[in-house]
Amino acid sequence: VRHEKGCKTQDSADIISTVEFNHSGELLATGDKGGRVVIFQQELESKNQPQCRGEYNVYSTFQSHEPEFDYLKSLEIEEKINKIRWLPQKNAAQFLLSTNDKTIKLWKISERDKRPEGYNLKEEDGRYRDPTTVTTLRVPVFQPMDLMVEASPRRVFANAHTYHINSISVNSDCETYLSADDLRINLWNLEITDRSFNIVDIKPVNMEELTEVITAAEFHPNQCNTFVYSSSKGTIRLCDMRASALCDQHSKLFEEPEDPSNRSFFSEIISSISDVKFSHSGRYMMTRDYLSVKIWDLNMESRPVETYQVHEYLRSKLCSLYENDCIFDKFECCWNGNDSVVMTGSYNNFFRMFDRGYRQDVTLEASRESSKPRSVLKPRKVCTGGKRKKDEISVDSLDFNKKILHTAWHPQDNIIAVATTNNLYIFQDKL
Amino acid sequence: MRYSYQRRTCAIARAKMFPKGTKRKFSDSREEPVAGGEDVNQSSLAAVRMLSSYSLQRQSLLDMSLIKLQLCHMLVEPNLCRSVLIANTVRQIQEEMTQDGTWQIMTQALSAANAAAQCSADRLVATEVLCRQTEAAQGEQVPKPFPVVGSEGCPAEEVLEEEEEAAAAEVGMTMSTVSPQAPTSYLPGTFGMDPCWEEEETGEDDDDDDEEEEEDSEECGSGSEGEERERDSLVEDTRTAEQVFGTFEIKNPAPSPDPALEELFSDVDASYYDLDTVLTGMQSVPKMGPYDLLESLSSHGPSPLSSSTSCRSDLNELDHIMEIIVGS
Repeated sequence: VRHEKGCKTQDSADIISTVEFNHSGELLATGDKGGRVVIFQQELESKNQPQCRGEYNVYSTFQSHEPEFDYLKSLEIEEKINKIRWLPQKNAAQFLLSTNDKTIKLWKISERDKRPEGYNLKEEDGRYRDPTTVTTLRVPVFQPMDLMVEASPRRVFANAHTYHINSISVNSDCETYLSADDLRINLWNLEITDRSFNIVDIKPVNMEELTEVITAAEFHPNQCNTFVYSSSKGTIRLCDMRASALCDQHSKLFEEPEDPSNRSFFSEIISSISDVKFSHSGRYMMTRDYLSVKIWDLNMESRPVETYQVHEYLRSKLCSLYENDCIFDKFECCWNGNDSVVMTGSYNNFFRMFDRGYRQDVTLEASRESSKPRSVLKPRKVCTGGKRKKDEISVDSLDFNKKILHTAWHPQDNIIAVATTNNLYIFQDKL
Repeated sequence: MRYSYQRRTCAIARAKMFPKGTKRKFSDSREEPVAGGEDVNQSSLAAVRMLSSYSLQRQSLLDMSLIKLQLCHMLVEPNLCRSVLIANTVRQIQEEMTQDGTWQIMTQALSAANAAAQCSADRLVATEVLCRQTEAAQGEQVPKPFPVVGSEGCPAEEVLEEEEEAAAAEVGMTMSTVSPQAPTSYLPGTFGMDPCWEEEETGEDDDDDDEEEEEDSEECGSGSEGEERERDSLVEDTRTAEQVFGTFEIKNPAPSPDPALEELFSDVDASYYDLDTVLTGMQSVPKMGPYDLLESLSSHGPSPLSSSTSCRSDLNELDHIMEIIVGS
């Protein structure tokens, strides 16, 4: 069982809708329902507390998307940030892609800690000098200034999606990325905003025949020609872009046969995949459906190699969860740096970790009441029936308003970011 | 076959659930609309099926799903994935009900009852955006009808009394804004199917009614234009999806089913699944916890149904609500 330390909590006025570490783990980006992006930066390790890695503090905040109005359909386009993906760092500046339902934007985040001083034609405060008063010339010199972090939009990729964008994924070639909506997947070049290639289209000719939608998509971490997309029927398709321009024919189809003993009217809904993530190695992929997390070997399409139950006690409550729409909640999942542990969220501000090697799992809670900063998180347990032990929580007292949909794991260290509705929790492993 | 276990247990439970008088009443009423020529055994067998708690639960699920499909977010496009999943669920239920004959029997009964009764109820029309109070709601013809629900009006009320149609009532769904403003208009605001704890919804429901009405009339106009364009433009596909998954229209009783039946329910006069039927069902206060009845639907276990007394008091409330909505 892993011991964690609560390190930092941040309040956000808006509901957090996405969380993502950058490739070094130094930066952590969150997007919220109000279209804002808040980036946290890890402080350098302090000498006072060598045990604790640096804390994360706010580094930059900017408004990424604004609400729009589609006049054609008389409908609002939400500014909520659905996904953020970082680009690998190439120079001093950082780049990330952020997307709402319709538009993807490339943001450049750069630091400025020097500024030129000593202009010939301008005063220090910016006013222009009378040229006739200039008698000598000097070369402006860079002087240090307070650190300023600037975010500027470099590209806007718009008007390519009829349906709501659910995923973006940067290719390992660092030149292209894909964006997926309910029925289509487009391939973009990061430099070109007025064109995109449609690589998957599952829209039926007659919309009345629509029975399946795309729920998530991701590029392979190493093979730049390979990507996967998941569907609302619980299938994952692996596509090779070298095979054809339009990847409607999959190279591989991953689907687990249904368990007939568990069949109900809700079977399809709970089989719908809400997230798909490749392992860092590229050999496995993980999918999240409503009740479980599954690990698939890319070489075996017939069934997953591992299945972990997130909250099996909800199986008998599916009708209630259908009634209050919770059954449609889209939980994400993530791998740790060496692919040995996977993590996903649940209700009541619980989140779950599954250690693949040790075959252990733990339930933890992200809440101020249960974890003070610097204290060790206590494992939680849900009582499914019979006598409830002390410290256990019964299924009926779970708060379904408190859901953890978004979690992220530092790419190298055991630092995790967990988003509850309004708050971001960052936990570190105690050394 | 797969539900045979549940049906057996339901049959056993049924005998305990309903006192003889009620059961006979139900059976009697069932036999009336099913006109001569029907085998008595078949109709009472169907009655048995109707009474079974599994059927009622399945009914509730169907009603709930139909409501979910019709609920709209006023300003933002509905979630296509959710709509598709709900529509698939409805299809599954319909297929199963068609296989065991329940669907045909019920719809036959209702259409016969409708044809027999005189009804001058005002038209209740729900366009693709249900919760708006539009001109369409006042009785205007919607250009492209989606009679997922066929004719309905007052007669449904009487039929309801006879049947243990309190399935919907049993569900005990709560509605946050149920304020019939005009007899012929549908309820503005959300139906409260969205969980009441969702911060954005509850706060706005009461405040934004006026704004919603304004936008309704805008939407109505663009809606009909959209329907015309939908065959052509790629952009309109989502509206088509909305129509498929979210448009229900209730008209005056017609002697024959509307020919332009939406494919989803194409072989059925689904007047049974009127909005007002479901709506009135939802009005009643459940006597047991809202989830208890349906919990067992997926757990395949015997499920206790609430007592028949609750069914009857719920049905009285159904009368009352029907009056309000129909404006009699």
